[in-house]
Amino acid sequence: MTSPNLCKKLPLLLAGASLIAASGLAAAADIKIGAAEALSGPAAKYGVPIRNGFTLAADEINAKGGINGNKLSLVVEDEQGKKEEAITVFKKLIFQDKVLMIFGPTLSNSAFAADPIASAAKVVVFGTSNTADGITAIGPQVFRNSVMESDVLPVTTKAAVKHFGLKKVAVIYGNDDAFTKNGYDVFKTALAAQQITVTDTETYAKGDVDFKAQLTKIKATNPDAIVCSCLAEEAANIILQTRTLGMKQPFIGGNGFNSPKLFEIARDAADNTIMGSPWSAENTAPANKAFIAAYKAKFNAEPDQFAAQAYDAMHIVATALKSVKLTGTLEQDREALRAALPATKVDGATGKFAFRHAPGKDGKESGYDADQDAIVNIAKGGKFVLLK
Amino acid sequence: MLAQQLVNALSLGSVYALFALGFTLVFGVLGVINLSHGAIFMLGSYVALMLVQKMAAPLWLALLAAMLAAGSIGLAVDFLVLRPLRARNAPHLAPMIATIGVAIMLTSLAQGLFGAENQRFPAGIIPEQSATFGNIQITAVQVGIVVISVLLMIVLLAVMRRTQIGRALRAIAESPKAAYLLGINVEGLFFLTSFTAAALGGAAGVLVGLSFNAISPFMGQPMLHKGIAVIILGGMGDIRGALIGGLFLGFAEVLTVAYLSSDVRDAVAFGLLFAILLIRPSGMFGKVLERKA
Repeated sequence: MTSPNLCKKLPLLLAGASLIAASGLAAAADIKIGAAEALSGPAAKYGVPIRNGFTLAADEINAKGGINGNKLSLVVEDEQGKKEEAITVFKKLIFQDKVLMIFGPTLSNSAFAADPIASAAKVVVFGTSNTADGITAIGPQVFRNSVMESDVLPVTTKAAVKHFGLKKVAVIYGNDDAFTKNGYDVFKTALAAQQITVTDTETYAKGDVDFKAQLTKIKATNPDAIVCSCLAEEAANIILQTRTLGMKQPFIGGNGFNSPKLFEIARDAADNTIMGSPWSAENTAPANKAFIAAYKAKFNAEPDQFAAQAYDAMHIVATALKSVKLTGTLEQDREALRAALPATKVDGATGKFAFRHAPGKDGKESGYDADQDAIVNIAKGGKFVLLK
Repeated sequence: MLAQQLVNALSLGSVYALFALGFTLVFGVLGVINLSHGAIFMLGSYVALMLVQKMAAPLWLALLAAMLAAGSIGLAVDFLVLRPLRARNAPHLAPMIATIGVAIMLTSLAQGLFGAENQRFPAGIIPEQSATFGNIQITAVQVGIVVISVLLMIVLLAVMRRTQIGRALRAIAESPKAAYLLGINVEGLFFLTSFTAAALGGAAGVLVGLSFNAISPFMGQPMLHKGIAVIILGGMGDIRGALIGGLFLGFAEVLTVAYLSSDVRDAVAFGLLFAILLIRPSGMFGKVLERKA
């Protein structure tokens, strides 16, 4: 037996329910932002600070009232620094979690594999640590605020040549990694352009711990300095082993050197190393000082460049989102964010930032690179200071 | 330059040899390719690091403790994983696959406990002395590696050749069933072998940690690959083979870098290995395979 009462009330109830739903949407819909970073595996040393940078920035933004009243909600996934995993995680974020956009992945290698997935789904993918050439050529949805090696390394090389009066250098790099190989290509071009003789070029493979054979060979060619396109831990070991072989040459490195790990392992053996990077702990601009203090307070650890870039990236997206009117229709909102990002400018922990349209490949439309100045540092007493 | 490169090759080769020693021992006696050997090697390194870091233990004590701890882990792996498989007469591949699982577990455990980053022994702990002979630099750690590797190998060979335990082990290597019928405590010796092999792996881990400043949860994997190559080259299960194979790989790698190019290092080193296997399919010291049948 049905109650006639309920039958009468049902339409009213339904109307009420839909009203609540509508008002709920208007008041505070969470803006879902995906982050696919390497939180385990060897690349976790980059991925974890990156995640911390996102969390710190998102919490700050939410504490200040979010984006036009909407809170940012981070969906963080571990892509383990592996191509295959990055693809899986990207698909999950796009199709299952239905995020507005994706930050990541951590390594350039993974970005080449996973970014096309986001691009095909017309979802903005924003790399904060991918510096290899050609990543933003994947599609107009691909953005990054990581300054490319091809912008940083020539500046670094020039500063080192001037500082030490270099004439000839030797080069060592990892030849089975997109990041270190690309860094080598850029160094090679920069050295040729500045007419510096390369006495010897040596390579190593991922997982190598003994570099003495290569270094002994370099020693015999007696260079003025050693250019090293390596990740921090390899670099630290290479520097230490160079010293045990009785060599005193300074090192010149790229982004990979920019980690506290370098000094934890190599200590003052790394002194006089010249490194170019988009961020420096020594930069005393107010935005950077605030970032460093907040990061230390929240995570009880020293921030690094990767945390700073992630932190800035979240603020870049937040700034862009403030100018966008979100409709609640995922496809439209994703496209609106893509359209709003290129003109976004911020002044963050890494300094003044703007986007620059990336050169396209084969007439395809391309994404956006960082347009930002590099900072050249020199290692003194176990840390990097600005090279004056 | 050649003299320095020969020193480099000797120390690198000794590391490979020391790692392969325990690896080959387990294969020789148990007939199992224990793929958790790399992870045990890594844990040995961490045990020594923790003792030195947290308790300021002297290096020799840390080395001994690391060997003991690694040995115990090896024993536990044998007891919990290999023994049940033996008892069930599992096919040949089962223990190998099971030890892959053990390796992944131990690696993840280490990552959870110690983090993914590379760590090093605190400054001042590693003997920094190095001797200079003309153009050659030899560090105390390099000498230590070579001496300890050779010493451990001599002890191991002496035990295998001259003692009752060694005879029993060789009998087991021939046929566990026949050895059992002869009254040899086969299970007990299996445990002893697993313990010893893992302890040797742990020692290798400490020495590698000392000489390369690269202690990480993932340090075992590349070493495992080289270790497999070394014991195949030396002849599966042969102790002298592990030493010669390790040295061979070390010299092949270093001399390729010195005289050809570091770009082709692995190609040449493993190409040579392949060539040797074409001539001697059971490795340098390998016995004829049919005997197993």
